[in-house]
Amino acid sequence: MASSPTSIVTLRDAVVLVGGFPLLSGVNLDLEAGTLSVVTGANGAGKTSLLRLVGGLVSLSSGTGEVSGIDLATGDLRELRRRVGWLGHEGSFYDDLSAKENLVFAAKALSRPTSEIDGVLYRVGLTSRASMAAKHLSAGQRRRLGLAWILLRRPTLWLLDEPYASLDDEGRTFFDQLVGDVVRSGATVLVSAHDPLRSSNLHPRTLTLAGGLVVGDEG
Amino acid sequence: MKQLSQRLLGPVTLVLLGLTFWLGLWLTPPDKTQGNLARLVYVHPAVAWVALYVSFGTATIASALYLWKRTRSLVMDRVAHCAMEVSVVFILLTLITGSIWGRPTWGVWWAWDARLTSTAILGVFALAYLALRRANDDADLRARRGAVFALLAAINVPIIHFSVQWWRTLHQGATVFTADRTLLIHGLMAWTLLISFVAFTLLFFWLLRARYRLEVLRGARYQVALDEALVQRRREGVR
Amino acid sequence: MIRIALLVAAKDLRIERRSRVLLWQVLPFGVMGLVLSGLALGPTHAGHSSAGPGLFYLVMLLVTLLMINRSQAIEGSRGTRASVATLGLDPAGVFLGKALALAVELWITGAVLLAGAVLVLHTALVGTLQALPSVVVILAALAAAGTLYGALSGGGQGPATLLPVLSLPGFAPLLIAGERSFSASLHGGAFWQWWVISLVALVAYLAMGILLYGVLEDS
Repeated sequence: MASSPTSIVTLRDAVVLVGGFPLLSGVNLDLEAGTLSVVTGANGAGKTSLLRLVGGLVSLSSGTGEVSGIDLATGDLRELRRRVGWLGHEGSFYDDLSAKENLVFAAKALSRPTSEIDGVLYRVGLTSRASMAAKHLSAGQRRRLGLAWILLRRPTLWLLDEPYASLDDEGRTFFDQLVGDVVRSGATVLVSAHDPLRSSNLHPRTLTLAGGLVVGDEG
Repeated sequence: MKQLSQRLLGPVTLVLLGLTFWLGLWLTPPDKTQGNLARLVYVHPAVAWVALYVSFGTATIASALYLWKRTRSLVMDRVAHCAMEVSVVFILLTLITGSIWGRPTWGVWWAWDARLTSTAILGVFALAYLALRRANDDADLRARRGAVFALLAAINVPIIHFSVQWWRTLHQGATVFTADRTLLIHGLMAWTLLISFVAFTLLFFWLLRARYRLEVLRGARYQVALDEALVQRRREGVR
Repeated sequence: MIRIALLVAAKDLRIERRSRVLLWQVLPFGVMGLVLSGLALGPTHAGHSSAGPGLFYLVMLLVTLLMINRSQAIEGSRGTRASVATLGLDPAGVFLGKALALAVELWITGAVLLAGAVLVLHTALVGTLQALPSVVVILAALAAAGTLYGALSGGGQGPATLLPVLSLPGFAPLLIAGERSFSASLHGGAFWQWWVISLVALVAYLAMGILLYGVLEDS
């Protein structure tokens, strides 16, 4: 597979099928490590599917792909999943557990010290909501809890699906700062959004998706 | 050679089935105690053999080979699926012929006999396998879940068999062999029985082959539909 | 594997303690099942029937179906599944953990329903107590089997109607073994066969789960 040595994601004619329908219909993409890219496009363009494919959360039906050195067709997808941080737009945790309990579960699963949790909760602004059940958090707070879950994991590849949905202005600013810090620290971030980032001053690369294909690439 | 044997499979099966019915219904004598009813011995044991061992066994082996990464292929998944589907037909035939045989012997259509009950449970396993496949849209997931379920069903076969047997058993003793493998029936009857086993086994492979070819055609049709769907989907991108 | 199993079991039981689904929904259902069994037997047989052990296990099977659905629903939404998938948990550990939590819940329900059987169906107290060891093993086998069938039926995402048809044929020998060993405890008789059946089933399901649970994952 022809890819530059610094590529963390390489896709060639990548097709993802669900129930016989091609969600992705032949994506070609290279992402450099330590960069921020935004995937935009209308509903059903394939944004979430692209992120799920890159995260090893859905299988590659045809074409080739390599993420973080792992082949999407033949490699160990469980190992790939360990390397990515995923923020979905459906909520990302156990609803009946509190914000802190969710993070304790993630920390213990990853053999990380639970002492980091309070700091992470403070960073995402959820210290006062630490003992509240996740299902009682507002949509924006759930987003922040999702970010806390990823922060705790310190992945090399961040996949954020519609992170701006349900965020107020303060939330967007906070999010921009956080993503800026993450990219500067050397991680790669791939974000899906309906429109190009408006409030962001991060100058990301913008990929436009339509019909399960990358049809535009700017920046 | 392979083509010739495949071409001959159908006619040979039909000839042997015809021979079984001719020998079984006309040439062999009726049984001393069971009369003409005993002629079911030329159908029921052979059908049960195919249902419980040949077809279920084929589905199980193909499923195990699918789960083993080195032998994982679409062929194995298709063989498992097709064999299980044919298995349902044979299990149903086993239950029907068993019931017909049991009615005059036991006085009821259904008895809580070990083999009858465990065959019925196995039939539900086979139906559940088909239900499981229908419930999964994703081909890869469908194949993996189907294969695991087929293995679970196979492991359950002896567990169910012994549990129901210890629970209670009414089934008549071995018909063809005694415990020390001495043949109980002789001459023409034994030959007819042997032919029936071969005939129904060949019938299974004939049906399996036909069902498999249907699945291959379906796969080809799916591929054509998929190619069209890909073209359509890409068109959304250039609009 | 054991560390992840204990972590997952603790998480499931904590969620159960928080949501009280077992206490407020499953147990009343089980008790009602016993009462309905008595009513179905008719006034002549309700109080002194030898069907007590069989009815106890029949109700337990129905309770198990409910609880498998609950156990799988905890992993629930696609967002949760994706986030948890990125933890890269050892599937054998997840299987054992979920089976252990389910077993604990079934043991609690079983204890309540055994008391109910003594009260409502008039099974002899001493015989019922003697049946306890076999009940523990059978319910553990049901939990291991149920966890596998639950994952097969789609792990909380498949149709709810699929689980019964997948699991009940496999539950049949456990019902037989349970009923026979319970009856033997009440009325005397050999029951070593039933120990063999239930132990073989328990070991077989545990082995299959440890080996194959990972195969059932989404992608």
